[in-house]
Amino acid sequence: MAESIPSDAPAVADDHHGHEEPSFWSKYVFSTDHKMIAMQYMFTGMAMAVIGGFMAYAFRLQLAFPGIEVPGFGIVTPANYNALVTNHGAIMIFWVAMPVLIAAFGNYLIPLMCGCDDMVFPKLNRLSYQIFLLSALVLLSSFFVEGGGFGGGWTAYPPLSAKAEYSLTPLGSSIWLGAVALEFVAFLIGGINFITTAMNSRAPGMKLYDIPIVIWMIVIASILFLVSVGPLIAGAIMLIFDQQLGTAFFDPARGGDPVLWQHLFWFFGHPEVYVVLLPALGITAEIITVFARKKLFGYKTVLHTTIATGVLSFTVWAHHQFISGVDPRMAHVFTLTTLLISVPIAEMMFVYIATLYGGSIRLTTPMLWGLSFIAEFLIGGVTGIFLGASGSDIYFHDTYFVLAHFHYTFFPIAIIGTFAGLTFWFPKMFGRMMNDRLGKIHFWGTIIPFNFIFIPLFVLGMGGQHRRIFDYSNFPELSQPWMQDIRILATSALLIMLGFQIVFFYNFIVSLRRGEKASKNPWKSNTLEWTTDSPPPHGNWKELPTVYRGPYEYSVPGRDEDYWPQDQPN
Amino acid sequence: MKPIATTRSTSGMPTGLLAVWWVVGSEIVIFGGLLGSYLMYRLSHDAWAGQAANTNTAIGTFNTLVLLTSSLFAVLAHRAAESGDGKKAARLLYYTIGGAVTFVCVKAFEWSTEIAHGYTITANTFWSFYYTAAGIHGLHVIAGAIIMAIVARDAAKNLELQRVELIGIYWHFVDIVWIFLFPLLYIAK
Amino acid sequence: MIESLVPAASSYAWEIDWIFTLVFILTGFWFILCEGVFFWLIFKFKAKDGQPAEYITGNEPHLKRWITIPHVLVLVCDLFILGAAVKVWYDIKQYLPEAEKTVRVIGQQWTWTFVHPGADGVLDSSDDIYTVNELHLENETVYHYQLESVDVLHDFSVPVFRLKQDAIPGRVITGWFEPTLEGEFDVQCAEICGIGHALMGARVFVESAQKHEAWIATQTARMATQNPIALAANSSARRIGKE
Repeated sequence: MAESIPSDAPAVADDHHGHEEPSFWSKYVFSTDHKMIAMQYMFTGMAMAVIGGFMAYAFRLQLAFPGIEVPGFGIVTPANYNALVTNHGAIMIFWVAMPVLIAAFGNYLIPLMCGCDDMVFPKLNRLSYQIFLLSALVLLSSFFVEGGGFGGGWTAYPPLSAKAEYSLTPLGSSIWLGAVALEFVAFLIGGINFITTAMNSRAPGMKLYDIPIVIWMIVIASILFLVSVGPLIAGAIMLIFDQQLGTAFFDPARGGDPVLWQHLFWFFGHPEVYVVLLPALGITAEIITVFARKKLFGYKTVLHTTIATGVLSFTVWAHHQFISGVDPRMAHVFTLTTLLISVPIAEMMFVYIATLYGGSIRLTTPMLWGLSFIAEFLIGGVTGIFLGASGSDIYFHDTYFVLAHFHYTFFPIAIIGTFAGLTFWFPKMFGRMMNDRLGKIHFWGTIIPFNFIFIPLFVLGMGGQHRRIFDYSNFPELSQPWMQDIRILATSALLIMLGFQIVFFYNFIVSLRRGEKASKNPWKSNTLEWTTDSPPPHGNWKELPTVYRGPYEYSVPGRDEDYWPQDQPN
Repeated sequence: MKPIATTRSTSGMPTGLLAVWWVVGSEIVIFGGLLGSYLMYRLSHDAWAGQAANTNTAIGTFNTLVLLTSSLFAVLAHRAAESGDGKKAARLLYYTIGGAVTFVCVKAFEWSTEIAHGYTITANTFWSFYYTAAGIHGLHVIAGAIIMAIVARDAAKNLELQRVELIGIYWHFVDIVWIFLFPLLYIAK
Repeated sequence: MIESLVPAASSYAWEIDWIFTLVFILTGFWFILCEGVFFWLIFKFKAKDGQPAEYITGNEPHLKRWITIPHVLVLVCDLFILGAAVKVWYDIKQYLPEAEKTVRVIGQQWTWTFVHPGADGVLDSSDDIYTVNELHLENETVYHYQLESVDVLHDFSVPVFRLKQDAIPGRVITGWFEPTLEGEFDVQCAEICGIGHALMGARVFVESAQKHEAWIATQTARMATQNPIALAANSSARRIGKE
C-alpha cells in the first residue's frame, strides 16, 4: 500500500469542520454535508413527484372524459398523451423513486446509521446531486423543444425511438435519452459513494450483522444498479447515435436488430425494480421493528433472501419479452426464473408479517405507512405471477392488468415507502414532530383512493384493454359503457388522492415551523441516528459512537427499558 | 479537509482503492454490454469479416504496444510512490501520459485516413461499432490522462501519493479494454 | 373468469382462461392467508398497558417453521404454475399445427393490412385478397399468420382469440390460431407505435364456410379492379384525416 491508513483513526470530530458561520450558498446550495445533499435530493424528488402527478392528472382526465379540455393543461392530443405517459413513467421511476429512496434516504441514513461524520467522498456526493439536478432540468426542457416531448414509452423501444420520421419528436427523444443517461451517471457516482461508505466507514464495533437492514438494502440496491446499468448505458449511446448520427444499430433495414435494445433495457429494467424496492423494504423493516417493539423475525433470513433476490433479478429480464418475437423456447426458462424469484420475496413478506407476532404494536403514522406497504405490496406481488407465467402473459401482456400490477408494486415503493420514511425520520431530519392526526388523515386519504384507482384497472385489463391509448372509441369492445364507468371511477379516485396530498404538504410545512420540538430519540429506537441531536449537527456527533450490538434488540428480557441502543455498552 | 469517514477502513482496504475497484466494476459492465452486443451482431453477420479487413492492423498493433508500455510506466510510478519518491513517480506518470497522447494522435490519424476512404460511422454496422467502441475507449484514455496529470502534479510535491496506485489501476483497466478491442476489431477478419 | 368479460373465440382461448383461474386460485389463497394473518396479528398484538412485547429472534425452531413450511408450499405452488404455463405456452406459441389456410398480417403506422388467400386457398397466388383493417376468417379453420411490420414495432392482438404477438420490421413471425366463434371482434395494436397508436384498431370477421366463400367471391371481383397498394395508401390517408 502506498499509504497505510490506520483503522483506529481518532473518533473525535475535531476542528476540521470549522466554526465560522457558512454563507447561504455554501450551506444550502453547494454544501458537501450528506444531510443537506439528502434534503436536496428529497425536495428535488418531491418537486418531480408533483410534476409526475400532474401528468397523471392530465391523462387520467382525458381517459375518463375523452376530448375534455383539462383544467390547467388544455386539450390532450395523441402526441401529448404519449409524451405524458412516457414521462410520467420515467419521472416516477428515475426522478422520484431513485432520488428519494436511494439517494435521499441513502445519503441521510448511511453515515448516521453507520456512525460516521459524512460520506467518504463528500465532493463526489455533491457532484452526483448536481448532475442529477442537471438531468432533471434537461428532462423538463424536452417538453419545450420543437416536436414536443418524447412519446415512445418509458422503455423507448426502437425503431420508434430511433428515427424522427417514426416518433415525430426529432429533438425530444434525444434530449429525453440524454437526461436518462445523465441520471444514470449521477447514480453511479452516488452509488459508489454509498457502497464504499457502508463498507469502509462503519463505527468501531459494527460488524456486518450489526448493520441496520435498511443500509444493507440500500447498498445491495446500489450494487444491483451499478452492475445492471452498464449495458443500458452502452445501449443508450448506440441509440443516441442512431437518432443523431444515422447509424443503424437498431435499424433492421440496415443490419441492426431492434430486439437487442429490449434485452439491454430489461437486463437493467428488471433489476431496477429491485433497486427501488429494496430501500422501501428496508425502511419498512426499521419501522415495524420500532413500533412493534420486536426484533426482526430472522435478520439473516431477510439479508439472505435479499441477496438471493438480487442475484435472481439478473436472470428474469426476458419475461418482459415473452411475445416480442424471441425464440419461444426461451419463455420456459424465464418463467422458471421468474417463479423462483417469487420464493425469496414471499419469504421476506412472511418474515415481515411474523415480526408482528408477539409484538406491542403502536399504530403511529409511520407504522401505518409501514404496515400498508406490506398489505399493498402483497397485491403487487401476487399479480406478478400472472405475468411471469408465460402462458397467461400471452393475454395480459401490455394490458391494464400489467399497468395495475406494476402500480401495485411501484406505488407502495415510491409513495408509501417515501411517506413511511419521511414521517419516521422527520423528527430527526428537522428536529420537530409531525402532526400525527393530520398524518393519519393524509394516510387514509391516500391509501383508500389508491385502491379505488388500481383495483378497477385490473378488471379493465382482464377485459382486454391495452395500454397507451388516448381514446378507446376506435375499439368497440373497449367502448362499452361499463368500461367507461370504470375509467371515470379510477380518475375520480385519483383526483381525491391528489387532493389529500395538500394535507401532507400543509402538515409538512406547519410541522417544520411550529411542530412540537423532537427529543433525540422520540420513537425509542435502537439505531445510531437516534443517539445524536435532532437535527444532527454538522459532523453528526461530538464524539463518534461505538457499536456494541445489533440494531433490533427490542424488549430484551430482564431490562428496564424495552429498547437497547446500539451504542450503549450495557 | 477530509471527513473522518474517509480515513476509516473497516473492510481493511483503503477507501480510495475500494472505490476505484467499484468504478472499474461499473465500467466493465458498460464495455461488457457494448462488446456483448458487438459479438452477437458479428456472429450473425458473416459479411462483417470483409469490412474488418479494411482496418489497419499495423497501426492497431503499434497502439497496443504504446498502451502496454504506458501501463509499464504506471507500474513503475506506483513502485516509486510506494518507496516515497514522489518526484520520480510524477516523472513516470508523465511518461504514461506521453503514451496516452501518442495513442490518441495515432488514433486521430488512423480515423481520418479511414473516413477519407469512406469508412464512416454510418457506412456499415461494423464501422458503427468500430467507432463507438474505440471512441468510448478513447474518451477513457483522454479522461485517464487528465486525471493522471492532476495526480502527477500533486505527486511531484509528495502529496496524495496513494493516488498514484489508484490511477494506475484505472489505467490498467483502460489498457485491458483495448486488449479486448484490438483482436475483436482488428485481428478477427 | 376472463370469458365473462371477453368472449372466447379461438380453440386455445380456454387454456388461457384455465391458467388464469388456476393462478387466481393459488395466488388468491396465499394472498388471503397472508392478509388474514397480517390483520389478525395487528389486532391481536396491539399495544396494551403493562404487556411488553416478546423477545423472539426468529431462530426458535418451533416458530421458524411458520416461515419454512409456507416457504416450501409456495415453491410447490410455483411448480404447479410452472407446469401450467409451460403447457399453455407450448400449445399456443411453440407448437404449430398443420395450416388449413394462411393469412399475412402487415402492421404499419397506423394501419393493419391483411392478405387473404383467394378462392384457391393459397397465399401468394394471383388471386390474393388485400384488405385494410378488416380480417376475414372462416370459422373452425386452422390458420397460420405471417406477421410483418413495415416500420416500427407493432403487436397483433386479438383479445377474443387470447392471441398477442409483436411484429418486428425485417422479420416474418409465424404463428397460428383457430377461430371457433362466429362474429365480429376487435383487433388491437398492443405495442406503442407512435402518435396514431390509438387509431390502429381493426376488426376480425369470423364467418361460416358459406359466408366466407361468398365474401371471397365479392372480394375477388373487387381486387380485379383495384390496385392493392393504392388501396392501402387511400385507407391510411382516410384514417389520418379522421384524426
